[in-house]
Amino acid sequence: MSLMRYVNPRSIPLIVTTTLFVALFGFGAVSYDAFLSPQVFMNLLIDNGFLLVVAIGMTFVIVAGGIDLSVGSIVALTTMVSASLVQHHHWSIWAIIPLVLLMGCAFGLLHGVLIQVFRMQPFIVTLGGMFLARGLCYVISIDSISITDPAYTALSEYRLMLGSETFISLSGIVALGTLLVAIYLAHYTRFGRTVYAIGGNERSALLMGLPVARTKILVYTLSGFCSALGGILVTLYMLSGYGLHALGMELDAIAAAVIGGTLLTGGVGNVVGTLIGVLILGVIQSLIAFNGNLSSWWTRIAIGLLLFLFCLLQRIIERSRLGHKETAVSPRGSSPAPEKSKPHLWASMHS
Amino acid sequence: MRLKNCFHHHLFWPCITLVLLCLTNFFFNHGFFDIEVRNGALYGSVIDVLNRAAPLMLVSLGMTLVIATRGIDVSVGATVAIAGAVVAVMIGGTLVIKDGVQSYVANFPMPLAIIAALGVALLCGLWNGALVAGAGMQPIIATLILMVAGRGVAQLITEGQIVTIYYEPFFFIGNGFLFGLPFALYIVLAVLLILLYLTQRTSLGLFIQAVGLNPTAARFSGISARALVLWVYGFCGVTAGVAGLVITSNVKSADGNNAGLAMELDAILAVALGGTSLDGGRFSLIGSLIGALIIQTLTYAIYSLGVPPEINLVVKALVVFTVCLIQSERLRSMLFTPAIHLEEKS
Repeated sequence: MSLMRYVNPRSIPLIVTTTLFVALFGFGAVSYDAFLSPQVFMNLLIDNGFLLVVAIGMTFVIVAGGIDLSVGSIVALTTMVSASLVQHHHWSIWAIIPLVLLMGCAFGLLHGVLIQVFRMQPFIVTLGGMFLARGLCYVISIDSISITDPAYTALSEYRLMLGSETFISLSGIVALGTLLVAIYLAHYTRFGRTVYAIGGNERSALLMGLPVARTKILVYTLSGFCSALGGILVTLYMLSGYGLHALGMELDAIAAAVIGGTLLTGGVGNVVGTLIGVLILGVIQSLIAFNGNLSSWWTRIAIGLLLFLFCLLQRIIERSRLGHKETAVSPRGSSPAPEKSKPHLWASMHS
Repeated sequence: MRLKNCFHHHLFWPCITLVLLCLTNFFFNHGFFDIEVRNGALYGSVIDVLNRAAPLMLVSLGMTLVIATRGIDVSVGATVAIAGAVVAVMIGGTLVIKDGVQSYVANFPMPLAIIAALGVALLCGLWNGALVAGAGMQPIIATLILMVAGRGVAQLITEGQIVTIYYEPFFFIGNGFLFGLPFALYIVLAVLLILLYLTQRTSLGLFIQAVGLNPTAARFSGISARALVLWVYGFCGVTAGVAGLVITSNVKSADGNNAGLAMELDAILAVALGGTSLDGGRFSLIGSLIGALIIQTLTYAIYSLGVPPEINLVVKALVVFTVCLIQSERLRSMLFTPAIHLEEKS
């Protein structure tokens, strides 16, 4: 009991997440001989590097109190544009990468401006962006375009050896690099503090004189950038561009952020938690792959179940924090909770 | 004066859009309004649009109520897939030839299968409702969970296969004709009439608006907001289930992966096009039906213009942005009184 006093209730999800990851990995190590090797761990980063990059962008958006449903489509569009430019127009990879990153930023900027300047709901705007990006993929080509360009294949096959048997791919390196930059951005810059302040209470942030409008637009731009960067990693991973790549990735990214302890009401979250969230999703996939008998759709069900459990955990923590207030307002406790603790995610954007 | 009232009616712009789209279709395809009678049933492009819009109209009706309570349900596509999977697996059906006479035998009686599928759909909806009203999650996240897991569940039911149905009577729901019109339209009409009665002749409509406009005020005025929200989501699940039956019956098979794919987006779009505010409160059931028809007519126009159907998504995205911009108060104030409202008002 007394131990709980020293634990910040808001870090409980992160503690639960870390424990769960260790438990899942431990379960794998006990069940399957080959599971407990550094390479299996590295593979988690290699196979999920793009998801980590995308989820980091998503974490910033959710911490600022918004949501971005367009990330998966922007990833797909990035693979499509890259593949089309390199295969059909023979552009250099060094021209393509800045171009697609700029394109991702432009998408994010469009979302941010529509949300902030025109006071539109984030989920409806990014839903529109999701349609648009996915549709543009099909405008380029309906079929998958495979990439045979030597520069792309070389980057795709690049492996950095860590020790004699363990290696990491470019995707993993970029993901870890993005994570470091994100930690710096979130905790050591003015921008990061403003993001947390907006998520905590947008009105107070505004009254404090923080640049709310600019920061919110920047957050969506950052998410667009991360999606495009993730898209480049997917292009390298798959060596193809296809309109059906990264279908449903927005859900995986949200799930990773939520499992990693980011509160959906905004203001609380941590990119390190998101890393662990991504690793948990990766371990579940590895466990299902190692098992061999379970079909792939169990992954979807498991992710849905985890998302459910962590959302519930968040609600319980929020309620216990507000417990006293709640009984004061309504003795019978018959009130629906959302309007009590904080306005809805999307209602809060209209304050 | 009369004309001005007409302009300000909430259905004015949706109707104008629909009429313009129909005229565009007529311009490029002069046979658009032709209707002919074949075997006692009406055939023609307009009937085809109505028939194909039926599942979307059903889902839009449920979605309208959810959005009116300030919610959103992004799991309707998954619910469509689950209901389709349940009914397909339960009916299944085999062709039996006995004494030279072909007859179809279902695994379970058809009414039982339909009730089971609708029951499962209701459960899906109530699950969403419980998460939103009971646990207090944000609607988009609460329903996102079922959206992720639901397709997995649908595939679990069909064991990852596309289940084909061989049972003649079941095909009537999605392909049959009654009094010359597609049977699915009667289902839409029935659901619409029930809803119109409930929302306009009882206080239910008022309660839903009250919860959507101001949940706290609604609670203080004695409306049990929780139960209301719970059953609104449950109802949305049922409409998705009925849509699932219609789709499954129409294509005579259930595909856990693709049935009702992106339907949630179309339904939200239909509701927004119909003039229901996405901030909750004001809603229009007829408007949502017109919205669904607009989407289907647009799809038809895209096909008949010879534009690749994939462009459909881009067009829809642009429509979403345009509709939201028109609904945006901010843009209106910017356009009509530029200088005053530009500074930060919150």
